[in-house]
Amino acid sequence: MLKFDEFQKIIILAKENNCRISELIIEDQIHALEISEEALIDRMTNNYMVMKDAIMTGSNTSEKSTSGLIGGDAVRMKTYADLGKSICGENLSNAIASALAVAEVNACMGRIVAAPTAGACGIMPAALWSVQQSLKLSDEAVVRAMFTASSLGMVIATAATLAGAQGGCQAECGSATAMATVALIELMGGSPNQIGHGAAIALKSVLGLVCDPVAGLVEVPCIKRNAIGVAQVFAATDMALAGIESVIPIDEVISAMKAIGDEMPTSLKETSESGLADTKTGRRIERDLM
Amino acid sequence: MNVFDIIGPIMIGPSSSHTAGAVRLGQIATAIFGYAVKEANITLYGSFAKTHKGHGTDKAIIGGILGMKVDDAGIKTAIQAAAQAGLVVTFTTDRAKGYHPNTVKIQLKDKDSNEVTVMGSSIGGGNVRVSRINDLKVSFTCEYHTLIISHYDREGAVAQVANLLASSHINIAQMKLYRYDKGGEAVMVIEVDQKIGTHIMEEIKGYELVKSVATVKAI
Repeated sequence: MLKFDEFQKIIILAKENNCRISELIIEDQIHALEISEEALIDRMTNNYMVMKDAIMTGSNTSEKSTSGLIGGDAVRMKTYADLGKSICGENLSNAIASALAVAEVNACMGRIVAAPTAGACGIMPAALWSVQQSLKLSDEAVVRAMFTASSLGMVIATAATLAGAQGGCQAECGSATAMATVALIELMGGSPNQIGHGAAIALKSVLGLVCDPVAGLVEVPCIKRNAIGVAQVFAATDMALAGIESVIPIDEVISAMKAIGDEMPTSLKETSESGLADTKTGRRIERDLM
Repeated sequence: MNVFDIIGPIMIGPSSSHTAGAVRLGQIATAIFGYAVKEANITLYGSFAKTHKGHGTDKAIIGGILGMKVDDAGIKTAIQAAAQAGLVVTFTTDRAKGYHPNTVKIQLKDKDSNEVTVMGSSIGGGNVRVSRINDLKVSFTCEYHTLIISHYDREGAVAQVANLLASSHINIAQMKLYRYDKGGEAVMVIEVDQKIGTHIMEEIKGYELVKSVATVKAI
Protein backbone atom coordinates (compact mmCIF):
# COMPACT_ATOMS: atom_id res chain seq x y z
CA MET A 1 0.00 0.00 0.00
CA LEU A 2 1.10 3.56 -0.69
CA LYS A 3 2.49 5.65 2.14
CA PHE A 4 1.47 9.15 1.04
CA ASP A 5 4.49 10.75 2.67
CA GLU A 6 5.93 12.25 -0.54
CA PHE A 7 4.05 13.26 -3.68
CA GLN A 8 7.15 12.71 -5.82
CA LYS A 9 7.02 8.98 -5.00
CA ILE A 10 3.50 8.82 -6.46
CA ILE A 11 4.60 10.72 -9.57
CA ILE A 12 7.52 8.32 -10.11
CA LEU A 13 5.34 5.26 -9.58
CA ALA A 14 2.81 6.54 -12.15
CA LYS A 15 5.62 7.14 -14.65
CA GLU A 16 7.10 3.67 -14.04
CA ASN A 17 3.72 2.04 -14.52
CA ASN A 18 2.90 4.31 -17.44
CA CYS A 19 -0.48 5.07 -15.89
CA ARG A 20 -2.42 7.97 -14.50
CA ILE A 21 -1.98 8.90 -10.85
CA SER A 22 -5.70 8.31 -10.32
CA GLU A 23 -5.34 4.68 -11.47
CA LEU A 24 -2.63 4.10 -8.85
CA ILE A 25 -4.66 5.67 -6.08
CA ILE A 26 -7.88 3.84 -6.97
CA GLU A 27 -5.98 0.52 -6.95
CA ASP A 28 -4.42 1.40 -3.59
CA GLN A 29 -7.69 2.48 -1.98
CA ILE A 30 -9.52 -0.69 -3.12
CA HIS A 31 -7.08 -2.55 -0.86
CA ALA A 32 -6.93 0.04 1.91
CA LEU A 33 -10.71 0.24 2.30
CA GLU A 34 -11.31 -3.42 1.43
CA ILE A 35 -14.08 -2.56 -1.05
CA SER A 36 -14.69 -3.18 -4.74
CA GLU A 37 -13.68 -0.67 -7.40
CA GLU A 38 -17.36 -0.11 -8.12
CA ALA A 39 -18.16 0.68 -4.48
CA LEU A 40 -15.14 2.98 -4.25
CA ILE A 41 -16.12 4.93 -7.38
CA ASP A 42 -19.75 5.05 -6.22
CA ARG A 43 -18.75 6.58 -2.91
CA MET A 44 -16.66 9.28 -4.57
CA THR A 45 -19.43 9.86 -7.16
CA ASN A 46 -21.80 10.50 -4.27
CA ASN A 47 -19.42 13.19 -2.99
CA TYR A 48 -19.28 14.78 -6.45
CA MET A 49 -23.09 14.78 -6.71
CA VAL A 50 -23.36 16.61 -3.38
CA MET A 51 -20.78 19.11 -4.66
CA LYS A 52 -22.81 19.74 -7.82
CA ASP A 53 -26.05 20.04 -5.82
CA ALA A 54 -24.39 22.70 -3.67
CA ILE A 55 -23.40 24.64 -6.82
CA MET A 56 -27.00 24.51 -8.08
CA THR A 57 -28.48 25.45 -4.71
CA GLY A 58 -26.11 28.33 -4.13
CA SER A 59 -26.45 29.66 -7.68
CA ASN A 60 -30.20 30.05 -7.31
CA THR A 61 -30.62 31.68 -3.94
CA SER A 62 -29.75 34.94 -2.29
CA GLU A 63 -30.31 33.53 1.18
CA LYS A 64 -28.35 35.27 3.93
CA SER A 65 -26.09 33.39 6.33
CA THR A 66 -27.08 33.03 10.00
CA SER A 67 -25.00 36.09 10.84
CA GLY A 68 -26.54 38.07 7.97
CA LEU A 69 -23.04 39.02 6.77
CA ILE A 70 -23.08 37.23 3.45
CA GLY A 71 -25.38 35.80 0.79
CA GLY A 72 -26.28 36.62 -2.80
CA ASP A 73 -22.79 37.05 -4.22
CA ALA A 74 -22.97 33.82 -6.27
CA VAL A 75 -26.12 35.06 -8.00
CA ARG A 76 -24.48 38.45 -8.54
CA MET A 77 -21.39 36.84 -10.13
CA LYS A 78 -23.45 34.45 -12.26
CA THR A 79 -25.60 37.27 -13.61
CA TYR A 80 -22.48 39.23 -14.47
CA ALA A 81 -20.80 36.20 -16.07
CA ASP A 82 -23.86 35.61 -18.24
CA LEU A 83 -23.47 39.08 -19.79
CA GLY A 84 -20.34 37.72 -21.50
CA LYS A 85 -18.30 40.83 -20.79
CA SER A 86 -16.10 39.62 -17.95
CA ILE A 87 -12.35 39.97 -18.15
CA CYS A 88 -11.93 36.42 -16.83
CA GLY A 89 -13.86 34.90 -19.71
CA GLU A 90 -16.78 32.51 -19.57
CA ASN A 91 -15.07 29.53 -17.91
CA LEU A 92 -13.39 31.35 -15.08
CA SER A 93 -16.20 33.76 -14.26
CA ASN A 94 -18.64 30.86 -14.08
CA ALA A 95 -16.18 28.91 -11.91
CA ILE A 96 -15.89 31.90 -9.58
CA ALA A 97 -19.69 32.02 -9.35
CA SER A 98 -19.73 28.28 -8.53
CA ALA A 99 -17.11 28.62 -5.81
CA LEU A 100 -19.09 31.47 -4.24
CA ALA A 101 -22.24 29.35 -4.49
CA VAL A 102 -20.81 26.38 -2.59
CA ALA A 103 -19.10 28.52 0.04
CA GLU A 104 -22.36 30.44 0.58
CA VAL A 105 -24.34 27.21 0.91
CA ASN A 106 -21.82 26.19 3.56
CA ALA A 107 -22.25 29.47 5.46
CA CYS A 108 -26.04 29.10 5.26
CA MET A 109 -25.93 25.64 6.90
CA GLY A 110 -26.52 23.77 3.67
CA ARG A 111 -25.03 20.41 2.68
CA ILE A 112 -21.45 20.41 1.35
CA VAL A 113 -18.45 18.12 1.08
CA ALA A 114 -15.39 19.04 3.12
CA ALA A 115 -12.67 19.24 0.43
CA PRO A 116 -10.40 19.09 2.27
CA THR A 117 -12.25 21.22 4.85
CA ALA A 118 -15.63 22.95 5.10
CA GLY A 119 -13.93 26.35 4.99
CA ALA A 120 -12.36 25.53 1.61
CA CYS A 121 -15.31 23.54 0.25
CA GLY A 122 -15.97 25.75 -2.80
CA ILE A 123 -12.71 25.39 -4.73
CA MET A 124 -12.76 21.73 -5.81
CA PRO A 125 -16.44 21.64 -6.92
CA ALA A 126 -16.13 24.88 -8.89
CA ALA A 127 -12.95 23.79 -10.70
CA LEU A 128 -14.23 20.28 -11.47
CA TRP A 129 -17.68 21.35 -12.65
CA SER A 130 -16.21 24.05 -14.86
CA VAL A 131 -13.84 21.68 -16.64
CA GLN A 132 -16.52 19.00 -16.92
CA GLN A 133 -18.73 21.44 -18.80
CA SER A 134 -16.08 22.90 -21.04
CA LEU A 135 -14.57 19.53 -22.02
CA LYS A 136 -17.94 17.72 -21.98
CA LEU A 137 -16.56 15.04 -19.67
CA SER A 138 -18.50 12.22 -18.04
CA ASP A 139 -19.10 12.27 -14.29
CA GLU A 140 -16.92 9.19 -13.99
CA ALA A 141 -13.92 10.86 -15.63
CA VAL A 142 -14.18 13.74 -13.17
CA VAL A 143 -14.70 11.41 -10.22
CA ARG A 144 -11.55 9.43 -11.13
CA ALA A 145 -9.50 12.62 -11.16
CA MET A 146 -10.77 13.36 -7.64
CA PHE A 147 -8.60 10.45 -6.45
CA THR A 148 -5.52 12.24 -7.77
CA ALA A 149 -6.61 15.33 -5.85
CA SER A 150 -7.16 13.23 -2.71
CA SER A 151 -3.71 11.69 -2.94
CA LEU A 152 -2.11 15.14 -2.85
CA GLY A 153 -4.37 16.01 0.09
CA MET A 154 -3.19 12.90 1.93
CA VAL A 155 0.44 13.83 1.37
CA ILE A 156 -0.18 17.37 2.66
CA ALA A 157 -2.07 15.98 5.68
CA THR A 158 0.84 13.59 6.40
CA ALA A 159 3.74 15.97 5.79
CA ALA A 160 2.07 19.20 6.97
CA THR A 161 -1.56 19.87 7.92
CA LEU A 162 -4.96 20.65 6.40
CA ALA A 163 -6.27 22.52 9.46
CA GLY A 164 -6.45 26.30 9.58
CA ALA A 165 -5.99 26.16 13.34
CA GLN A 166 -2.59 24.53 12.80
CA GLY A 167 -1.36 25.99 9.51
CA GLY A 168 -3.51 28.99 8.65
CA CYS A 169 -5.57 29.43 5.49
CA GLN A 170 -2.67 28.18 3.34
CA ALA A 171 -3.45 24.73 4.80
CA GLU A 172 -7.16 24.94 3.92
CA CYS A 173 -7.76 27.05 0.79
CA GLY A 174 -4.13 26.52 -0.22
CA SER A 175 -4.43 22.74 -0.11
CA ALA A 176 -7.79 22.84 -1.90
CA THR A 177 -6.22 24.98 -4.63
CA ALA A 178 -3.34 22.54 -5.15
CA MET A 179 -5.71 19.54 -5.03
CA ALA A 180 -8.05 21.02 -7.63
CA THR A 181 -5.08 21.91 -9.82
CA VAL A 182 -3.79 18.33 -9.98
CA ALA A 183 -7.27 17.03 -10.80
CA LEU A 184 -7.62 19.54 -13.62
CA ILE A 185 -4.20 18.81 -15.08
CA GLU A 186 -5.02 15.10 -15.19
CA LEU A 187 -8.41 15.80 -16.78
CA MET A 188 -6.73 18.00 -19.39
CA GLY A 189 -4.38 15.13 -20.29
CA GLY A 190 -1.30 16.43 -18.49
CA SER A 191 1.55 14.11 -17.47
CA PRO A 192 2.43 13.07 -13.89
CA ASN A 193 5.39 15.46 -14.06
CA GLN A 194 3.13 18.33 -15.05
CA ILE A 195 0.83 17.40 -12.17
CA GLY A 196 3.75 17.72 -9.74
CA HIS A 197 4.75 21.11 -11.12
CA GLY A 198 1.15 22.35 -11.16
CA ALA A 199 0.68 21.32 -7.53
CA ALA A 200 3.87 23.16 -6.56
CA ILE A 201 2.96 26.29 -8.54
CA ALA A 202 -0.52 26.39 -6.98
CA LEU A 203 0.62 25.82 -3.42
CA LYS A 204 3.53 28.27 -3.65
CA SER A 205 1.13 31.06 -4.58
CA VAL A 206 -0.78 30.77 -1.30
CA LEU A 207 2.09 30.22 1.14
CA GLY A 208 1.79 32.41 4.19
CA LEU A 209 -1.95 32.93 3.91
CA VAL A 210 -3.30 33.34 7.43
CA CYS A 211 -6.63 32.25 8.90
CA ASP A 212 -8.22 35.43 10.31
CA PRO A 213 -12.00 35.02 10.08
CA VAL A 214 -14.11 37.98 11.20
CA ALA A 215 -16.01 37.11 14.40
CA GLY A 216 -14.71 33.54 14.08
CA LEU A 217 -17.18 32.70 11.32
CA VAL A 218 -16.49 30.80 8.09
CA GLU A 219 -17.68 33.78 6.06
CA VAL A 220 -15.33 36.78 5.87
CA PRO A 221 -12.85 36.41 4.17
CA CYS A 222 -13.30 32.65 3.59
CA ILE A 223 -15.99 32.79 0.92
CA LYS A 224 -14.17 35.19 -1.39
CA ARG A 225 -10.90 33.32 -0.81
CA ASN A 226 -12.64 30.24 -2.23
CA ALA A 227 -13.52 32.25 -5.32
CA ILE A 228 -10.01 33.63 -5.78
CA GLY A 229 -8.71 30.11 -5.15
CA VAL A 230 -10.38 28.89 -8.33
CA ALA A 231 -8.64 31.60 -10.35
CA GLN A 232 -5.34 30.34 -8.94
CA VAL A 233 -6.28 26.79 -9.90
CA PHE A 234 -6.89 27.83 -13.50
CA ALA A 235 -3.66 29.83 -13.68
CA ALA A 236 -1.55 27.03 -12.17
CA THR A 237 -3.17 24.41 -14.42
CA ASP A 238 -2.50 26.39 -17.59
CA MET A 239 1.08 27.17 -16.57
CA ALA A 240 1.81 23.49 -15.88
CA LEU A 241 0.20 22.41 -19.16
CA ALA A 242 2.27 25.04 -20.98
CA GLY A 243 5.34 23.18 -19.73
CA ILE A 244 6.29 25.70 -17.06
CA GLU A 245 8.12 24.03 -14.20
CA SER A 246 8.28 24.90 -10.52
CA VAL A 247 11.85 25.51 -9.41
CA ILE A 248 10.99 24.21 -5.93
CA PRO A 249 9.62 20.65 -6.07
CA ILE A 250 6.17 19.96 -4.60
CA ASP A 251 7.35 18.06 -1.50
CA GLU A 252 9.68 20.92 -0.58
CA VAL A 253 6.83 23.39 -1.05
CA ILE A 254 4.74 21.28 1.34
CA SER A 255 7.63 21.30 3.87
CA ALA A 256 7.83 25.08 3.52
CA MET A 257 4.10 25.33 4.14
CA LYS A 258 4.53 23.30 7.32
CA ALA A 259 7.44 25.47 8.50
CA ILE A 260 5.50 28.67 7.78
CA GLY A 261 2.46 27.28 9.61
CA ASP A 262 4.60 26.40 12.62
CA GLU A 263 6.11 29.87 12.72
CA MET A 264 2.76 31.61 12.20
CA PRO A 265 1.51 33.15 15.45
CA THR A 266 -1.56 31.58 17.07
CA SER A 267 -3.34 34.92 16.72
CA LEU A 268 -3.48 34.26 12.94
CA LYS A 269 -4.57 30.64 13.11
CA GLU A 270 -8.37 30.61 13.38
CA THR A 271 -8.45 32.41 16.72
CA SER A 272 -9.77 35.70 15.27
CA GLU A 273 -7.37 37.71 17.43
CA SER A 274 -5.50 39.42 14.62
CA GLY A 275 -5.56 40.21 10.89
CA LEU A 276 -8.92 40.98 9.28
CA ALA A 277 -10.74 39.87 12.42
CA ASP A 278 -8.96 42.63 14.35
CA THR A 279 -9.77 45.48 11.94
CA LYS A 280 -12.11 48.29 12.97
CA THR A 281 -14.89 46.85 10.82
CA GLY A 282 -14.13 43.27 11.86
CA ARG A 283 -14.42 44.17 15.53
CA ARG A 284 -17.62 46.17 14.95
CA ILE A 285 -19.21 43.17 13.22
CA GLU A 286 -18.10 40.93 16.07
CA ARG A 287 -19.66 43.29 18.65
CA ASP A 288 -22.91 43.52 16.66
CA LEU A 289 -23.21 39.74 16.51
CA MET A 290 -22.67 39.21 20.22
CA MET B 1 -6.19 7.87 6.44
CA ASN B 2 -8.00 7.31 3.14
CA VAL B 3 -9.29 9.42 0.24
CA PHE B 4 -12.62 10.06 2.00
CA ASP B 5 -10.89 11.68 4.95
CA ILE B 6 -9.63 14.25 2.43
CA ILE B 7 -12.68 14.64 0.15
CA GLY B 8 -15.42 14.20 2.73
CA PRO B 9 -17.32 14.00 4.92
CA ILE B 10 -20.59 15.18 3.44
CA MET B 11 -21.82 17.55 6.10
CA ILE B 12 -23.99 20.52 6.94
CA GLY B 13 -21.86 23.67 7.06
CA PRO B 14 -20.31 25.90 8.01
CA SER B 15 -17.59 24.34 10.14
CA SER B 16 -16.42 20.79 10.74
CA SER B 17 -15.43 21.63 14.30
CA HIS B 18 -18.26 24.03 15.22
CA THR B 19 -21.07 22.27 13.38
CA ALA B 20 -20.29 18.63 12.47
CA GLY B 21 -18.38 18.01 15.72
CA ALA B 22 -21.21 19.61 17.70
CA VAL B 23 -23.78 17.26 16.10
CA ARG B 24 -21.58 14.36 17.12
CA LEU B 25 -21.36 15.54 20.75
CA GLY B 26 -25.16 15.78 20.88
CA GLN B 27 -25.46 12.25 19.51
CA ILE B 28 -22.94 10.84 21.98
CA ALA B 29 -24.52 12.49 25.04
CA THR B 30 -27.91 11.11 24.03
CA ALA B 31 -26.49 7.63 23.44
CA ILE B 32 -24.84 7.67 26.87
CA PHE B 33 -28.10 8.84 28.49
CA GLY B 34 -30.14 6.02 27.00
CA TYR B 35 -33.56 7.45 27.99
CA ALA B 36 -36.01 9.55 25.97
CA VAL B 37 -34.75 13.13 26.34
CA LYS B 38 -37.31 15.65 27.62
CA GLU B 39 -34.98 18.42 28.75
CA ALA B 40 -31.54 19.49 27.55
CA ASN B 41 -29.49 22.11 29.37
CA ILE B 42 -26.50 23.09 27.34
CA THR B 43 -23.50 25.12 28.48
CA LEU B 44 -21.06 26.40 25.86
CA TYR B 45 -17.44 27.26 26.55
CA GLY B 46 -14.61 28.99 24.67
CA SER B 47 -15.08 29.51 20.96
CA PHE B 48 -18.40 27.62 21.16
CA ALA B 49 -19.64 30.30 23.58
CA LYS B 50 -18.36 33.09 21.34
CA THR B 51 -19.47 31.94 17.88
CA HIS B 52 -22.24 29.40 18.40
CA LYS B 53 -24.94 31.49 16.77
CA GLY B 54 -23.02 32.19 13.57
CA HIS B 55 -21.83 28.61 13.26
CA GLY B 56 -25.17 27.07 14.17
CA THR B 57 -23.44 25.17 16.99
CA ASP B 58 -26.64 25.37 19.06
CA LYS B 59 -28.73 23.92 16.22
CA ALA B 60 -26.10 21.25 15.61
CA ILE B 61 -26.06 20.05 19.23
CA ILE B 62 -29.86 19.90 19.32
CA GLY B 63 -29.87 18.09 15.95
CA GLY B 64 -27.49 15.53 17.41
CA ILE B 65 -29.70 15.07 20.47
CA LEU B 66 -32.67 14.53 18.13
CA GLY B 67 -30.70 11.78 16.36
CA MET B 68 -29.76 13.70 13.22
CA LYS B 69 -26.57 12.84 11.36
CA VAL B 70 -23.91 15.40 10.35
CA ASP B 71 -25.34 15.66 6.80
CA ASP B 72 -29.00 16.01 7.82
CA ALA B 73 -30.56 19.10 6.19
CA GLY B 74 -32.89 19.24 9.20
CA ILE B 75 -30.06 20.55 11.42
CA LYS B 76 -30.80 24.07 10.26
CA THR B 77 -34.27 23.92 11.80
CA ALA B 78 -33.41 21.59 14.70
CA ILE B 79 -34.48 24.10 17.35
CA GLN B 80 -38.00 24.27 15.90
CA ALA B 81 -38.01 20.47 15.58
CA ALA B 82 -37.07 20.18 19.26
CA ALA B 83 -39.91 22.49 20.25
CA GLN B 84 -42.35 20.44 18.19
CA ALA B 85 -41.10 17.26 19.84
CA GLY B 86 -41.78 18.81 23.25
CA LEU B 87 -38.11 18.99 24.17
CA VAL B 88 -37.22 21.79 26.57
CA VAL B 89 -33.87 23.33 25.72
CA THR B 90 -31.79 25.95 27.51
CA PHE B 91 -28.47 27.45 26.45
CA THR B 92 -25.94 29.11 28.72
CA THR B 93 -22.55 30.49 27.78
CA ASP B 94 -19.65 30.31 30.19
CA ARG B 95 -16.58 32.44 29.49
CA ALA B 96 -14.47 30.61 32.10
CA LYS B 97 -10.94 29.89 30.93
CA GLY B 98 -9.11 26.58 31.08
CA TYR B 99 -11.39 24.60 28.77
CA HIS B 100 -10.58 23.37 25.27
CA PRO B 101 -11.77 26.17 22.89
CA ASN B 102 -14.71 24.15 21.55
CA THR B 103 -16.27 22.62 24.62
CA VAL B 104 -19.85 21.89 25.59
CA LYS B 105 -21.55 20.50 28.69
CA ILE B 106 -24.82 18.73 27.93
CA GLN B 107 -27.20 17.86 30.75
CA LEU B 108 -30.06 15.60 29.67
CA LYS B 109 -33.19 14.69 31.64
CA ASP B 110 -36.14 12.42 30.91
CA LYS B 111 -39.75 12.68 32.15
CA ASP B 112 -38.85 10.76 35.30
CA SER B 113 -35.88 11.65 37.42
CA ASN B 114 -33.12 10.22 35.23
CA GLU B 115 -30.37 12.59 34.18
CA VAL B 116 -26.82 12.64 32.89
CA THR B 117 -24.23 15.33 32.26
CA VAL B 118 -21.72 14.80 29.48
CA MET B 119 -18.91 17.18 28.67
CA GLY B 120 -16.91 17.03 25.47
CA SER B 121 -14.88 19.02 22.96
CA SER B 122 -14.78 19.26 19.21
CA ILE B 123 -11.13 18.70 18.41
CA GLY B 124 -11.04 19.38 14.64
CA GLY B 125 -12.28 17.91 11.39
CA GLY B 126 -15.54 16.82 13.02
CA ASN B 127 -13.71 14.65 15.55
CA VAL B 128 -14.62 14.92 19.23
CA ARG B 129 -13.37 13.92 22.64
CA VAL B 130 -15.63 13.19 25.61
CA SER B 131 -13.98 14.52 28.77
CA ARG B 132 -16.52 14.00 31.53
CA ILE B 133 -19.56 11.84 32.30
CA ASN B 134 -21.31 13.22 35.39
CA ASP B 135 -18.49 13.81 37.88
CA LEU B 136 -16.15 11.28 36.30
CA LYS B 137 -13.23 12.50 34.21
CA VAL B 138 -12.91 10.39 31.06
CA SER B 139 -11.17 10.67 27.69
CA PHE B 140 -12.39 8.94 24.56
CA THR B 141 -13.16 9.92 20.98
CA CYS B 142 -15.81 7.48 19.65
CA GLU B 143 -13.65 7.16 16.53
CA TYR B 144 -14.39 3.42 16.70
CA HIS B 145 -17.61 1.70 17.74
CA THR B 146 -17.65 2.45 21.44
CA LEU B 147 -19.19 0.64 24.41
CA ILE B 148 -19.69 2.74 27.52
CA ILE B 149 -20.56 0.60 30.52
CA SER B 150 -21.39 1.98 33.93
CA HIS B 151 -20.68 -0.68 36.55
CA TYR B 152 -19.51 -1.40 40.09
CA ASP B 153 -15.78 -1.51 40.76
CA ARG B 154 -15.41 -5.22 41.60
CA GLU B 155 -13.12 -7.95 40.37
CA GLY B 156 -14.37 -9.77 37.30
CA ALA B 157 -16.56 -6.98 35.87
CA VAL B 158 -14.12 -6.24 33.05
CA ALA B 159 -13.29 -9.92 32.45
CA GLN B 160 -16.95 -10.80 32.02
CA VAL B 161 -17.45 -8.16 29.32
CA ALA B 162 -14.13 -8.93 27.61
CA ASN B 163 -14.98 -12.64 27.47
CA LEU B 164 -18.36 -11.94 25.89
CA LEU B 165 -16.77 -9.68 23.25
CA ALA B 166 -14.14 -12.34 22.49
CA SER B 167 -16.71 -15.09 22.09
CA SER B 168 -18.77 -12.75 19.86
CA HIS B 169 -15.70 -12.19 17.63
CA ILE B 170 -15.50 -8.52 18.50
CA ASN B 171 -11.95 -7.19 18.67
CA ILE B 172 -11.06 -4.56 21.26
CA ALA B 173 -9.06 -1.70 19.72
CA GLN B 174 -8.55 0.09 23.03
CA MET B 175 -10.16 0.29 26.43
CA LYS B 176 -10.04 2.46 29.51
CA LEU B 177 -11.41 2.11 33.01
CA TYR B 178 -12.45 4.96 35.30
CA ARG B 179 -13.79 4.89 38.85
CA TYR B 180 -14.93 7.34 41.49
CA ASP B 181 -13.72 5.38 44.53
CA LYS B 182 -12.36 1.94 45.21
CA GLY B 183 -15.31 -0.43 45.25
CA GLY B 184 -17.70 2.30 44.13
CA GLU B 185 -19.13 3.25 40.77
CA ALA B 186 -16.96 2.88 37.68
CA VAL B 187 -17.15 3.30 33.91
CA MET B 188 -15.42 1.19 31.30
CA VAL B 189 -15.03 2.59 27.79
CA ILE B 190 -14.26 -0.03 25.18
CA GLU B 191 -13.57 0.86 21.57
CA VAL B 192 -14.00 -2.06 19.17
CA ASP B 193 -13.55 -2.83 15.48
CA GLN B 194 -16.91 -4.51 14.84
CA LYS B 195 -20.49 -3.31 15.27
CA ILE B 196 -22.08 -4.17 18.60
CA GLY B 197 -25.43 -5.94 18.21
CA THR B 198 -28.40 -5.41 20.52
CA HIS B 199 -28.15 -8.97 21.84
CA ILE B 200 -24.68 -8.19 23.18
CA MET B 201 -26.00 -5.02 24.79
CA GLU B 202 -28.85 -6.95 26.39
CA GLU B 203 -26.52 -9.62 27.72
CA ILE B 204 -24.16 -7.04 29.27
CA LYS B 205 -27.13 -5.21 30.78
CA GLY B 206 -28.06 -8.45 32.55
CA TYR B 207 -24.72 -8.74 34.35
CA GLU B 208 -24.97 -8.27 38.10
CA LEU B 209 -22.16 -5.71 38.32
CA VAL B 210 -23.43 -3.60 35.40
CA LYS B 211 -25.63 -0.53 35.96
CA SER B 212 -26.13 0.64 32.37
CA VAL B 213 -24.74 0.18 28.87
CA ALA B 214 -24.51 2.57 25.93
CA THR B 215 -23.01 2.26 22.48
CA VAL B 216 -21.92 4.92 20.05
CA LYS B 217 -21.39 3.97 16.42
CA ALA B 218 -18.18 4.96 14.72
CA ILE B 219 -18.41 7.94 12.34
